Amino acid sequence: MKNVQKQKRANKGLPFFFRDEFKVSFIIILISVALLITTFTFDIVPPILNRGIQPATFPKALLVLIIVMTLLIYYSATKNPWKVQNKLPKSFFLTLLSFLIFVVISKTLDFFLAISALSVFVSYYWGEKRIIYLLLVGIIFPVIVFVFFETILGLRFPPGIITNIYYS
Amino acid sequence: MMSPLLSSKLLLVLFFGTLFGLILGVLPGLGPTTGGALILPFTMTLDPLSAIVLLTSIYCAGTYGGAITAVLINTPGTPAAAATCLDGYPLAQKGEAGRALGMATVSSTVGGIFSVIILVFFAPILAQLAYEFGQPEYFALAIFGLTMLASIGEGSPIKNLIAGAFGILISTVGKDFMTSIDRFTFGINELTEGIGFIPVVVGLFAISEMLTQSTLINQVFNRVALKAIKLPSKDDYKKTWKTILRSSGIGSFIGVLPAEGGTVASLIGYSEAKRFSKKPEEFGKGSIEGIAGAEAANNAATGGAMVPTLALGIPGSATTAVILTGLIIHGVRPGPDLFREQPDFLYGIFGAMLIANVLFFIFGFFGAKIFARITLVPNKILWPMIFAVSVCGTYSLNQSIIDVWIMLFFGVLGFFMRRYGFSVVPVIIGLILGELVEGTLRQSLVIFDGNWLMFFTRPIALTFFILSLIALAFPLIRSKKFKK
Repeated sequence: MKNVQKQKRANKGLPFFFRDEFKVSFIIILISVALLITTFTFDIVPPILNRGIQPATFPKALLVLIIVMTLLIYYSATKNPWKVQNKLPKSFFLTLLSFLIFVVISKTLDFFLAISALSVFVSYYWGEKRIIYLLLVGIIFPVIVFVFFETILGLRFPPGIITNIYYS
Repeated sequence: MMSPLLSSKLLLVLFFGTLFGLILGVLPGLGPTTGGALILPFTMTLDPLSAIVLLTSIYCAGTYGGAITAVLINTPGTPAAAATCLDGYPLAQKGEAGRALGMATVSSTVGGIFSVIILVFFAPILAQLAYEFGQPEYFALAIFGLTMLASIGEGSPIKNLIAGAFGILISTVGKDFMTSIDRFTFGINELTEGIGFIPVVVGLFAISEMLTQSTLINQVFNRVALKAIKLPSKDDYKKTWKTILRSSGIGSFIGVLPAEGGTVASLIGYSEAKRFSKKPEEFGKGSIEGIAGAEAANNAATGGAMVPTLALGIPGSATTAVILTGLIIHGVRPGPDLFREQPDFLYGIFGAMLIANVLFFIFGFFGAKIFARITLVPNKILWPMIFAVSVCGTYSLNQSIIDVWIMLFFGVLGFFMRRYGFSVVPVIIGLILGELVEGTLRQSLVIFDGNWLMFFTRPIALTFFILSLIALAFPLIRSKKFKK
């Protein structure tokens, strides 16, 4: 209870630009404005081909709506501040890192290897240290999924160092 | 109604769908929406009826399955079972886990069957009404659907609307379907076809849940032992039959409205059960009526949510959005024509839902103890496996690695959305309704020669706009009333 009170006090004392409501609203508005600017680069259809409205009009209207509603939630948050979130643990960032590793390996080496690497990495950092279970999630299960998709759905996985051996 | 199902293949699909749905429902963080999205690529090997039977049986059984974990480990297997925890777990702690699960099973089955009856009667009527709809009416209906989602969905209505608008915005990515002009493609060829539904739904549900689970790896569940599931006693039936029927009605009605289906239905069913109870003070401490109210309502929402999905092509919940996608990718166009041209197909779906409700009763009754053991699979083993299936499933539809990256992007986005109170369900509904909203708006403006005011000259469209305004005003009225 004391910790919760401390957290709440800390949040009230924070400058507005450090508060979650500001950060979230700012990011939404920033991205929306960037997308709104992009809509001005869309091709314009000549009146004879134009059906109802220009292709850019609908996304423009949506983005303006999102910006207005984001300002509304920020305004309401000034009266009722958002709940303070706990700090994200190390395991979250490691899982995010594993996604990045997955993208790099799947792009450069092999799709199957990327799945295996992520599975072992995540399982290990989430607390699994037994080799047999790491083998299960890292090799046995991905092989089952791979073979299943390949044979039942006739899927062809992207080429890579391991998939090439399998297909050859 | 059952004749289209009288084939061993379909019955087998139904059997495995129900079993799989139960397993998904039992596992916290999964559930019928994520499970349906993961299984969607596999349905490509099936004929359309088998595919939809598989998805609907997962939907029915998955919704019920959430109750098992809600009662035994105080963690709802699905969001729709959140209200079941309130009384299910306290009752289990008193050594009556079997009685709590028995009541959950019976009320879920009654609610589910009740809603299928509603579906059989009301979906054709609604479909008949839809013959009167033109483009302006469909536009107004889609707007009404989105505003309803904001007003009765979980969380802040404005945040829900932002999420819904974002979902519609995603649907605009790619070539404009009327003029073939690129929008938000940023020179990436793969984006000209637009962003697929599967990468978004798997990302927002499965991958974001994986990230959520990564923050909870030290969480320990206190699991209550289950000796055997028990059928409710005569006394329990006497106490709860009115609650079950009332909640079945509430659930079916809420299900018809485009919202978060079972989740909202179970909360309303629970609070109404408390309001009408002779012993409201027992609620939250292990009331059998509380379990009945929540469970009958969330399962009744399944049939209700299928009404607008099949009759109008407007999903009633996130899972029905997945089912709707299943229909579309199998070349079945929901709407009034479906009722006229393919009655056998529809009766197959109705019959499958009815049988799925009976099957999960049997599975639940005889196998709850086994299903409860599934919760013992540690997250450190389970989630890497789900990741492997998510990646392969997402890749399989278009054989595109870009889809996998889109899935990861939406996974991270979904995590932060949930962290800051934005529901991901409106994004899904917005994405699926996006083309309908934009298409009908633009076609209406062609019909009206660009005059926006003409929308208000159409009585049905005007009614939907008025209802949309009421839906938007409802949360304000509710919060003012609550403050008083």
